[in-house]
Amino acid sequence: MSYVGRTVEEERRMLEAIGVDRFEDLLAAIPREVLLEQPPPIEGPLSEIEIRRRFGRLARSNDADHSVSFLGGGVYDHYIPAAVNALAMRSEFATAYTPYQAEVAQGTLTAIFEFQSMVAELTGMEVANASLYDGATAAVEAALLSRAHTGRRRVVVAGAFHPHTIEVLRTYLDPGDLTVVADRGGQCAPEDLKPALGPEVACVLYQHPNFFGLIETPHAMHTLAHEAGALAVACCDPIALALLEPPGTSGADIVVGEGQSLGNPPSFGGPMLGFFACRQALVRRMPGRLAAQTVDRQGRRGFVLTLQTREQHIRREKATSNICTNQGLIALRATIYLALMGREGLREVAALCVRKSHHAAERAAALAGYRLVHGGPFFREFVLECPVDAARVCGQGRRDGVLPGVDLGRFRPEWRRWLLVAVTEQRSVEEIDAWLRVLERAGEGVR
Amino acid sequence: MNLERRLLNEQGGPGHRGPGLPACDVPPRPLAELLPGARLRDELRLPQVSEPEVVRHFIELSALNHHVDKGLYPLGSCTMKHNPKINDEVASLPGFALAHPLADDESIQGAIRVMHDLQRALAEITGFAAVTTQPAAGAQGELTGLLLIRAWHRSRGEASRRTVIVPDSAHGTNPASVRLVGYETMTIASGSHGTVDPEALRGALSAETAALMLTVPNTLGLFEPRILEVARLAHEAGAQVYLDGANLNALVGHVRPGDLGFDVMHINLHKTFSTPHGGGGPGAGPVAVARHLEPFLPVPVIVERDGLLRLSSDRPGSIGRVHGFHGNFGILVRALTYILTLGPQGLRGVSRNAILNANYLMRRLAGTYELPHPEHCMHEFVLSGRGLKRYGVKTLDVAKRLLDFGVHAPTVYFPLIVEEALMIEPTETETLDRLDHFAAAMKRIAAEARESPQLLLDAPHGTPLQRLDEGRAARELVLRWQDPAPAPSPSAETSSTWR
Amino acid sequence: MVYPDDVRYTAEHEWARLEGGVVTVGITSYATDQLGDVVFVELPEVGRKVEAAKTFGVVEAVKTVSDLFAPLGGEVVEVNTALADNPALVNQEPFGEGWMIRLRPTVPADYQKLLSSVDYERLVEAQHA
Repeated sequence: MSYVGRTVEEERRMLEAIGVDRFEDLLAAIPREVLLEQPPPIEGPLSEIEIRRRFGRLARSNDADHSVSFLGGGVYDHYIPAAVNALAMRSEFATAYTPYQAEVAQGTLTAIFEFQSMVAELTGMEVANASLYDGATAAVEAALLSRAHTGRRRVVVAGAFHPHTIEVLRTYLDPGDLTVVADRGGQCAPEDLKPALGPEVACVLYQHPNFFGLIETPHAMHTLAHEAGALAVACCDPIALALLEPPGTSGADIVVGEGQSLGNPPSFGGPMLGFFACRQALVRRMPGRLAAQTVDRQGRRGFVLTLQTREQHIRREKATSNICTNQGLIALRATIYLALMGREGLREVAALCVRKSHHAAERAAALAGYRLVHGGPFFREFVLECPVDAARVCGQGRRDGVLPGVDLGRFRPEWRRWLLVAVTEQRSVEEIDAWLRVLERAGEGVR
Repeated sequence: MNLERRLLNEQGGPGHRGPGLPACDVPPRPLAELLPGARLRDELRLPQVSEPEVVRHFIELSALNHHVDKGLYPLGSCTMKHNPKINDEVASLPGFALAHPLADDESIQGAIRVMHDLQRALAEITGFAAVTTQPAAGAQGELTGLLLIRAWHRSRGEASRRTVIVPDSAHGTNPASVRLVGYETMTIASGSHGTVDPEALRGALSAETAALMLTVPNTLGLFEPRILEVARLAHEAGAQVYLDGANLNALVGHVRPGDLGFDVMHINLHKTFSTPHGGGGPGAGPVAVARHLEPFLPVPVIVERDGLLRLSSDRPGSIGRVHGFHGNFGILVRALTYILTLGPQGLRGVSRNAILNANYLMRRLAGTYELPHPEHCMHEFVLSGRGLKRYGVKTLDVAKRLLDFGVHAPTVYFPLIVEEALMIEPTETETLDRLDHFAAAMKRIAAEARESPQLLLDAPHGTPLQRLDEGRAARELVLRWQDPAPAPSPSAETSSTWR
Repeated sequence: MVYPDDVRYTAEHEWARLEGGVVTVGITSYATDQLGDVVFVELPEVGRKVEAAKTFGVVEAVKTVSDLFAPLGGEVVEVNTALADNPALVNQEPFGEGWMIRLRPTVPADYQKLLSSVDYERLVEAQHA
């Protein structure tokens, strides 16, 4: 099987036009000893029928295919309106590339401009870029920008921060340049953050809502960061920002985050959608692509990529980042999603998350052996201490068609009884009841 | 009448809404009570539009794009080939789309199996020992590869090696990635045939050299004829040899990069393995390594234990994570679908036909445009528009005029070592008819440059907009929609139901 | 292309004009022609010391970017703040309103070592031969 349409006669004509007798003559520059006589022995070819059968089986073997999900930890099961798939999978968007020729890419460019506009609005910042790989690498890019801007090296991570994001920061930065300020009761305490700051600190990063789902106090962290001459970087969830005061309003310099929840399925954690917004004063140090408004020769409004001199294809080793692509199609999905939900709908989604997660948390905390680990306000997600290892609760859930939460023992052994539970607007009260029964069954016979 | 296209924020109004949500089926307590002490926002100026308005808007936008499903897209280095539809269908199966990256290993065996099988297939195809599928794009693959090289040097007490040698024809991501790992780039000039001159390389190699970074075939579309010698020289100097795998589609099934002396490479799944480019992403940039670099691969890695595939982070030498989760899984599914659909002979046909198409087009156009490197090319070739300067026409004008013929322009002004460069990659999925159409358009444009250059200078003519003022965009920096009217007062919105 | 003879030049396409002990620096019309539309100029702060032949700033066009090299070493006494709002001045009047910095040279005599307009024009033509 191949996707090549060519007859033997056509190939003969082409070789003749090229002026060679055989195709192999075109490979003359390749040393003979490395030319394969036979292609590597991979599997296949498979017909579409066989592909469907094989991958259908694999897909069904994932529990997500037939279970109700209370999983979160950075990836959420939010509702995706039908129009998102119908529009975003169109060839015109999916099979185009980076809008290098703006005259035949106004669809992509306009959508990027609208994405930037909506992200700037959600975060309360002046500018946003066309997106980055994911929330974790967006946090890295924010740290790198802060370093370049301040000329300082140290990066401070404050409070309950996603452990994977900390790992990615460690990979990109010299681990010795990273300070992690632990949470106190789930949230970042200013009295813990203050001693960690000093003249060598480039930025303070915090997550809001944080890894445990709790709401932080952004304005206090911004003030502390600025007093130390550092930039304040908020890592936010975009759906929570429909309700919460945007960090830009209280002085954040950069707001980044994971935008998967905007119209994108979990997809086993990728492709994701890193968003990046900042103050206008930092725009020349921004990583990644940026669309800007301009006019054509007839004065009609149009959009182009701009400030490309920041980017690797022009500035090479002096570029602000090595990133080349954005997450174009994922950002498009987010744009369509935000348009469909709109200013009322998105806030309703957020409000449903708050109400349903609080309902679930209160009911669970009333079960024998279960308690809420933290006392602070939370948005969509909370940590439940179980009477047994969280892994056992997950195992019970698998049998009952419920994915009851993320077993936090995977991150730290002392968290092995902690279950991180996310309740989105998709979860009905019946599904929450089924989840409660899983908790009960898992806890039976203990105590 | 020329109605200006309106943005979402300029359409609709209060009461225009998309799909509704279910009524709240838990006690609707006030948010202020549930979120004590939290500061809430007063307003959220997102669009207010109905589903028909959203659908019309994006369908209208879609009509303004050129795309592979519509016509030839010969962007050199980008491999804009057909994106098989079965790939998308498989990736959207609910069991894949809904799989969660933090679920227990037992409940995501299908997803891990896909990554495992793809890693094995890529290792076979490239001739390397192991593969990580975590990097989200080619540029992140480069970074990952360089981090692996850095970890290896450090493990041998050779942390002082900090220079990476890069030819002047390299992609811009190469030096940008080098800088990101704290290394320095040393650029070497290409030899007269556009390939690496072993003598120049010998002069550049030293005890400081961490790596040699090459693209094969290079950005001129030429295979490095002395690659084995080049790799040997680098190894003798204690350096590692990195392959920028952007052009793997020229080799697949005919040559395994692992046999050429490379230690590590990245693979752009959105190029060689046909996943859609999505208007600029997402792609995926897996990295393949020789045995000695395997201990340093990003975590988690896949191990088989008790009949189960597990994601293990128990790898002390690892460079760590490069992505929040497991990379762009949706792209990995598509690539594996493609590889299994083609099978061994199908994959070999990819490079065969890519090379055939490029050479055919190159010979068709050689008499019309300058061909600085007349050797047989691999999957792409570079012309120069220098000869048109005498008519006051630049390569950019040729590119813009091509848009009027229903094809996308090639990559222009790259590689930097060719003046007025036009870098053309037809890919294997273009038919002879389409290639002939493109050649005819290019020839006609060359004739127009001679006879009526103004036609090119004013091009494009048939596109939705004419040439856009990029200078104005960069000076004025309007990067988001601004409400021309004053913001509505917060009190006007408090009657809504969300509180 | 113009090559005024009341200024002296560098091989990196900057010009310098010595008046009353202060040297005004900009880029040549050849340079602006090569760059295209200038969209941004990054300049040093007043009071900064710059070294001869070292970079003192950056000029950005739409698709290219170039370092600016100081013709002479010295202290920056003034920068052209008008370029922040209107970088197009560099294209419109490279030898006039599009100037970039003024500096007080450490060794004023070095001014005479810069290229004359004749030498600079020859250099530009040689690059195009």
